[in-house]
Amino acid sequence: MKLIIAIIQPFKLDTVREGLAEIGVQGMTTTEVKGFGRQKGHKEIYRGAEYTINYVPKIKLEIVVSDELAPRTTTVIQDKAKTGNIGDGKIFILDVEAAIRVRTGETGEQAL
Amino acid sequence: MIDSGDTAWLLTSTALVLFMTLPGLALFYGGLVRSQNVLSVLMHCFSISCLVSVLWLVGVYSLSFAEGTSWIGGLGKFFLRGVGRETVYPDTGIPESVFFMFQMTFAIITPALIVGAFVERIKYSAVLLFSALWLILVYAPICHWVWGGGWLASIGLMDFAGGLVVHLSAGASALILAYLLGGRRGFPEDVLPPHAPWMTMIGASMLWVGWFGFNAGSALSAGGDAGMAMTVTHISAATASLVWVIIEWSKFGKPSLIGMVTGTIAGLATITPASGFVGPGASVLFGIVGGGICYICVDLIKHKYKIDDSLDVFAVHGIGGTIGILMTAIFAATALGGAGLGDNVTIFSQFGVQAVGVISVAIWSLIGSYIIIKVTESLVGLRVDEDAEVQGLDLAEHGESGYHNS
Repeated sequence: MKLIIAIIQPFKLDTVREGLAEIGVQGMTTTEVKGFGRQKGHKEIYRGAEYTINYVPKIKLEIVVSDELAPRTTTVIQDKAKTGNIGDGKIFILDVEAAIRVRTGETGEQAL
Repeated sequence: MIDSGDTAWLLTSTALVLFMTLPGLALFYGGLVRSQNVLSVLMHCFSISCLVSVLWLVGVYSLSFAEGTSWIGGLGKFFLRGVGRETVYPDTGIPESVFFMFQMTFAIITPALIVGAFVERIKYSAVLLFSALWLILVYAPICHWVWGGGWLASIGLMDFAGGLVVHLSAGASALILAYLLGGRRGFPEDVLPPHAPWMTMIGASMLWVGWFGFNAGSALSAGGDAGMAMTVTHISAATASLVWVIIEWSKFGKPSLIGMVTGTIAGLATITPASGFVGPGASVLFGIVGGGICYICVDLIKHKYKIDDSLDVFAVHGIGGTIGILMTAIFAATALGGAGLGDNVTIFSQFGVQAVGVISVAIWSLIGSYIIIKVTESLVGLRVDEDAEVQGLDLAEHGESGYHNS
């Protein structure tokens, strides 16, 4: 099993979710996060004073899928989240040791 | 005799002016601070409203409006003694209870305006003590001088709805308080931007609507004076909003919401003292001059003199009110579309009277506030400690959070 962590543009969340549902991804966790990468921050001006906004709002997705589904998952995320501009985000892939469904106690891919 | 039309309008105006503070000003200011301080600002405005209301009944109304000397009112109306249901306020058609309530809402918003100078770093206890002492020692005398038959009224000062009583008194006091309190941690480079400009816009909009009660209500009657006051108030606000946004747009390339609504308040403060005296053509000019000069002053106070009058109380209210007071002398003249100056009064002589008003109110506010701040500092202290300031006043002072996911 793989844990796929993706940082994406907030307005791309629904497109990505729909794409993932189509290939059979059964669940994901999303978080509103802030951070910076190459996009860096931007400046805002209020009443003539300049403020530097260092952290840009993003959505973090955490998705655990079977090894078999992982490549397609990342392809879909990359495909759907892409605008071509700096700030589109990143995808990280990690190995998952175990998974347990709280309700039934099922383990492994059965628990996903 | 009680006039039901006048009374109905003043009852309405009273509600409108209270609405300016609760929640108008509270939201206007609340949106301008960082998210960890939003509740403290709302709390300051709400607390001041309650505190002033009680003090107003106990004695401050009497000190402002009861018969006394030319410097301060007497003690005759403590707890509204002698004021019954049918008591009419002199020279009006409204019950004194309504006049008392209407004026109370002015006494509420004036110290609440000062909140903008000390946000994000002051102790709650200092807010309460400062505001109470300020109401008694600064507001009551000035209100009596101008509206209670005091010496400025005797020399013919024209301040229709509070350019001096409300805006300059609050603005000058805000300036000295900001100076003595010191800036927010990291000011001027490293303070956080307004956390909710939309909230500021909602507050400004409530202030704008409430201002109809403030200015048109100050006619103390429901007639032509109120109608024209409402008209010039609205036009000045709209003009100043446009002026501010045009300046920003040409200077920074983008027209901002915060800029636009700040212009609104500048235009409203500027027309306030003149609202009962000038005509619609002049009100456009009040908006242009008020918006333009207040804009420059925000920059001067914050960035040149580096005084952290955090939400620009002096630059917007103090300067706006002062400009309005001085321009009143000119545009009240019938030749310029105004309601007219008094007998044997020229624009020049009236300008002198208005200038005396500005200087005396500014000096009284600065000195009075200085003393009150020193007393407050020695009794309860002024600033929260640095940890509390970093954490934010919401949690540190009030044990609450405005937003649980940030």
